[in-house]
Amino acid sequence: MTRALHLAVALDGTGWHPAAWREASARPTEIFTARYWLDLVLAAERGGVDFVTIEDSLSLQSSVFAAPDDRTDQVRGRLDALLIASSVAPLTTRIGLVPTVTTTHTEPFHVATALQTLDFASEGRAGWRVQVSASSAEARHFGRRTIEPLDLEAYRRGEGEALMRELFDEAGEVIEVVRRLWDSWEDDAIVRDVENGRFLDGSKVHYTDFAGRFVSVTGASITPRSPQGQPPVTALAHATIPYELAAEHADLVYVTPHSPDDLERILAEVHDAEARLRDPVRPPLLVYADLVVLLEEQADAAENALRLLDDLAGAPLTSDALVVAGTPAALVERLLDGHRRGLDGFRLRPARLPADLDAIAGSVIPALEAAGVRAAAASDQSGASASGSAATLRDRLGLERPANLFTASTRPTEVRA
Amino acid sequence: MSTSELRQVHLAAHFPGVNNTTVWSDPSSESQIAFSSFRHFAQNAERGYFDYLFLAEGLRVREHKGRIYEADVAGRPNTLAILAAVAAVTEHIGLVGTLSATFNEPYELARQLATADHLSGGRIGWNVVTTSDAFHGANFRRGAFLDRDDRYRRAAEFLEVSRQLWDGWAPDAVVADKAGGRFLSPAGVTEVDFHGDFFDVTGRATVSRSPQGHPLIVQAGDSAAGRDFAAQHADVIFSLHSEFADAQAFYTDVKSRLPALGRDEDSLKVLPAVTFALGDTQAEAEERARDIALAQTSGATAIAFLERIWGRDLTAYDPDGPLPSIDPDPAGAGITQGRANNAADPQSTADAWRARAEAEKLSIRELVIALSARHGFVGTPSRVAEEINRFVQERASDGFVIVGHTNPYGLDEFVDTVVPELQNRGVYRTSYENGETLRHRLGVREYA
Repeated sequence: MTRALHLAVALDGTGWHPAAWREASARPTEIFTARYWLDLVLAAERGGVDFVTIEDSLSLQSSVFAAPDDRTDQVRGRLDALLIASSVAPLTTRIGLVPTVTTTHTEPFHVATALQTLDFASEGRAGWRVQVSASSAEARHFGRRTIEPLDLEAYRRGEGEALMRELFDEAGEVIEVVRRLWDSWEDDAIVRDVENGRFLDGSKVHYTDFAGRFVSVTGASITPRSPQGQPPVTALAHATIPYELAAEHADLVYVTPHSPDDLERILAEVHDAEARLRDPVRPPLLVYADLVVLLEEQADAAENALRLLDDLAGAPLTSDALVVAGTPAALVERLLDGHRRGLDGFRLRPARLPADLDAIAGSVIPALEAAGVRAAAASDQSGASASGSAATLRDRLGLERPANLFTASTRPTEVRA
Repeated sequence: MSTSELRQVHLAAHFPGVNNTTVWSDPSSESQIAFSSFRHFAQNAERGYFDYLFLAEGLRVREHKGRIYEADVAGRPNTLAILAAVAAVTEHIGLVGTLSATFNEPYELARQLATADHLSGGRIGWNVVTTSDAFHGANFRRGAFLDRDDRYRRAAEFLEVSRQLWDGWAPDAVVADKAGGRFLSPAGVTEVDFHGDFFDVTGRATVSRSPQGHPLIVQAGDSAAGRDFAAQHADVIFSLHSEFADAQAFYTDVKSRLPALGRDEDSLKVLPAVTFALGDTQAEAEERARDIALAQTSGATAIAFLERIWGRDLTAYDPDGPLPSIDPDPAGAGITQGRANNAADPQSTADAWRARAEAEKLSIRELVIALSARHGFVGTPSRVAEEINRFVQERASDGFVIVGHTNPYGLDEFVDTVVPELQNRGVYRTSYENGETLRHRLGVREYA
């Protein structure tokens, strides 16, 4: 098989169209239940999806940029994504689980241990979608820092540049300290030496000793190194600053090209950031494109369905990502084209849940398998490790289990004895 | 007394902790961190109809003499993430986690607890703890910032903000009227606007009202301030008073605080932590208790126990020999970090221990075993059940937090043998009520 085309699905509420909750098959009253999320993730897993991301934020959804709205005609409210992933973990076996966790208001120590715990509970299928929060209202939920209100026009004029730089610098520090916490226990730190009364070899548990501009963490994680060691870190990026964050710190970036030319420009910018900022010992940054998808067997049926939803919503769907309403076959052509142009994979955002997820699982993935860019889901061994144990998310993404930062020849800093 | 008049026993299952109560050297001991251990432990407790599983937390790996402490089990999961995962493999048992009111922020923690309550169908509880020392603070954004005396004030304010957030969504806020196009009722979500000494929180919660409304609140404070806090805010006290007379005095004290607060006696449950050793005969049980104590106290553990008082390195001493004649180092206080048991006066403690060891002809290790023999129930399953029942009928407790000594099979035997004895006495449930919340099961205040 040639270079594999990876496929992720982004789960959010009842889907990415603001009127999707009004579809006959939608389950809007169940979005606060474990069963709802389990059903979605199981459908994705059965279909052979590599991983799901779960959207989140520390404020209500809104139709305006970085500020709340008072709308009652769209889905509002959500559960904590990391805990959804944790509850799904023991009941799934193959699919990667990548919750969104904010770096702006959270404690890096808790973020690190929570993701490690997800990695234990899923036996190596955890990942992290890093997100910053520029919302003034969200900052008032914490009362620790003030973020000036910023509207989209001002942001587009570049007025938010200093804020964005600060939030992404902080995110970079948080990822760095989380990675150190993940490696703070060597894999063989637990020795269970009954003869000498030693459960632990203390010399293999390391201080993180990170003191940055925004966050400081001194001690080791309370959680031992997890099955993957380093769960994959992913980030959505639309501009230079987040491209740089991804290039320096992440394993995978989601980008939002709207045309082949756009894709070429974005890939060039991402590769430029990588050349400048990425540690050459690390594997290359994986690049996925995000697409909002609405799928029907007939093209005009898809267009009609989108128009109906737009009418219900009172406005055409707008998104940072390209919106594609069409047949699974046409989507597959688009995916293969992007793959040929250098993308490692796609993250599909179903406009309607579960309808478009079912189409991805039932039609899109089988077509990709037939095209020879994915192994058959039924005999899914993609990336199964040499030892024969179940594939981790890193295996699935083609990432080796990394050496521990504290034992590799290039230590992050001098580590306290 | 007819069965209907008998007070009912409540039981919690303490997941083995990271201290020397947990015997990691036992051949049956398995991983303290693998999910399979949590799954077994929780499912076994559920098989025994326990009210809830209890999980402790420590936010820094323990240190001794400036180094990572090696003799005890170490390494545990993130509390909320593991409870959410355990919820998925259990159906009825409550899930209570320890979470710091110092190193969390109310908006985020209240949201996570409400999420976990949804994901578990109303089975979540929060053991509220406070921490203030610089050792733990060094792992967090705020660092060490809290005066000791402010810990309970901050915790009370933290709880108040959390309750406002939990009340932020009306029970019927989600309408989801597809035809009419209304997802939320207009007045369904109210804005919290809290300004206190410790927190300023303005905005709306993101999680709809959870099955319990407010997760169960557990508290373990023992000081006067801690008891006041519990009487005011808690639904369950996790108590350390497990000797009968002491337990009864504590029980009477905290329950007597309730009427003035407008609470009835049963709205606050008191559950002391207790260990156990079982046998077919009393002699066999006592022999097992001795074996467990020996296993809990390795030579390294015994020396470290003394070093916490002596404040100096004692590794040159033989744990099976006499106590050191050298005196404690007054500058050595705080030799251990990450656990709370430093004596107020090391010299007088050392003098007393030396006197006892001499009088009873005890080695270092034997003394430490004698000193750390916590109250536990030792006997046949019938006798242990009778003791548990006596505490409950005579108002010394409302039940117990049962602490096993091995992971993850440490409570299996208790479930197999003691639980049926309790059931036979008509003081313990023989099934779970379907769809029941944890609050309802415990008979405490309900907010649904």
